[in-house]
Amino acid sequence: MNLPPLSQAPDAFDIELRMLVEAVYLKYNYDFRDYTGASQKRRILVAMREMDCETVSSLQAKVMHEPDGFAQLLQYLTIPVTEMFRDPEYWLAIREQVVPFLKTYPSLKMWIAGCSTGEEVVSLAILLHEEGLLERAIIYATDINPESLETARRGVYRLETMRQYTENYQKAGGKRAFSDYYTAAYDGALFDRALVENVTFADHSLATDSVFSETHFVSCRNVLIYFNRKLQDRVLGLFHESLCYRGFLGLGSKESIDFSGYADRFDVLAKRERLFRKGAA
Amino acid sequence: MSSLRSAAGEEARALAGRRIELVVIGGSAGGVDALINLVPALPAGFGAAVVCILHVPAGRDSRLAELFELRAVLPVREARDKESIEPGTIYFAGSGYHLSVERDRTFSLSCEPPVQFARPAIDILMESSADAFGPAMAGILLTGANYDGADGMCRVRERGGLTIVQDPEEAQASAMPGEAIRRCAPHLVLPLPGIRALLPQLETP
Repeated sequence: MNLPPLSQAPDAFDIELRMLVEAVYLKYNYDFRDYTGASQKRRILVAMREMDCETVSSLQAKVMHEPDGFAQLLQYLTIPVTEMFRDPEYWLAIREQVVPFLKTYPSLKMWIAGCSTGEEVVSLAILLHEEGLLERAIIYATDINPESLETARRGVYRLETMRQYTENYQKAGGKRAFSDYYTAAYDGALFDRALVENVTFADHSLATDSVFSETHFVSCRNVLIYFNRKLQDRVLGLFHESLCYRGFLGLGSKESIDFSGYADRFDVLAKRERLFRKGAA
Repeated sequence: MSSLRSAAGEEARALAGRRIELVVIGGSAGGVDALINLVPALPAGFGAAVVCILHVPAGRDSRLAELFELRAVLPVREARDKESIEPGTIYFAGSGYHLSVERDRTFSLSCEPPVQFARPAIDILMESSADAFGPAMAGILLTGANYDGADGMCRVRERGGLTIVQDPEEAQASAMPGEAIRRCAPHLVLPLPGIRALLPQLETP
């Protein structure tokens, strides 16, 4: 018997899922075709439950024909899990090992790719402010989810998260009282608008769009894990192209470039903190 | 005597005709002790990949792989995103991220919300492994004080995989194995020494 193993035969769910993703691409030009399978399947199952669909094909019908069907689905397909100064050691390493280089440039361009609801944008802006770099920096904050970008633009975050963020900020080498940066009102913490004055929030897809600017530093955290190797390669290619000579790249705490085609095109600056530098070659 | 013989017969039936390429072992409270018992029993030449997942507090870097490296005959590593799953290797799920097995037999990580308060969640690892390996996997659920893992074991069983649960009577915490037994009727319910003895008998590539 030389049948392929059962585990490789796609079931109805997989077939319908592939069709849905293809349909979304054709109709809305959002490309989820090279996202990793297991987490995408779980996201679709959540969407089916929340959008009251028994099958993937009925979900597809909703997404194709109902006015806000796709906007709804998009909220389930993207995973907005983020914090300010998440993984404080990452931010501390930027402060100690990247900032000294950044200080040598008269002007700076930074890119937060996959900025979600903006927590890391605020974190970076605070860090740059404390290092005297914010005024000469432009930050591009990009994401594919318009609702997340809208939240990021508003700069209002839930007050109850501030305790955790304050703790992160202190561990990340913060130099002031974290509460200096926001005004508490009702249940929200409104961050100082001056922090995001030089931030450009923009809709940009790592899967389909190209490089829009030269940058000195790219931070892209916990985005690559949702991409397969092919798409990871594409994205690392974009970052490599965007970064200036010896520019810096920061990834999520469990992300690596080891299994990509770019493993030898970046040097490791801080291994545990996942900071890299564009290779000289 | 007769009950011993029938237990052996039950094991033989559960294993008959199976070729296991992936073993997933999950546990929570008491899981480290249980794994310390099991991991050294995986012999040199064992041809399946083994993935171990324990609930560890988030935010702390899990040192489980290092802890077990000293006790295992096989190589031990933390599972990394997009890494190919190699036979004869013991992998540990790191802290703070869910671990999945993809159909192309690589690992992937994700930050989705915790499942049953756990990240990494046993359910997520078991379900994705069952999708990828079907009948060529074994799911083993050990001691634990919550209900993570029961859904995952049901999926393993549904997809034709071998399911083994630690005897709750003997487990340090009985809730997790108890729930899995109620929910998914595993092929075998064994005390820890029984699981330890069974591991090297699995037919692997």
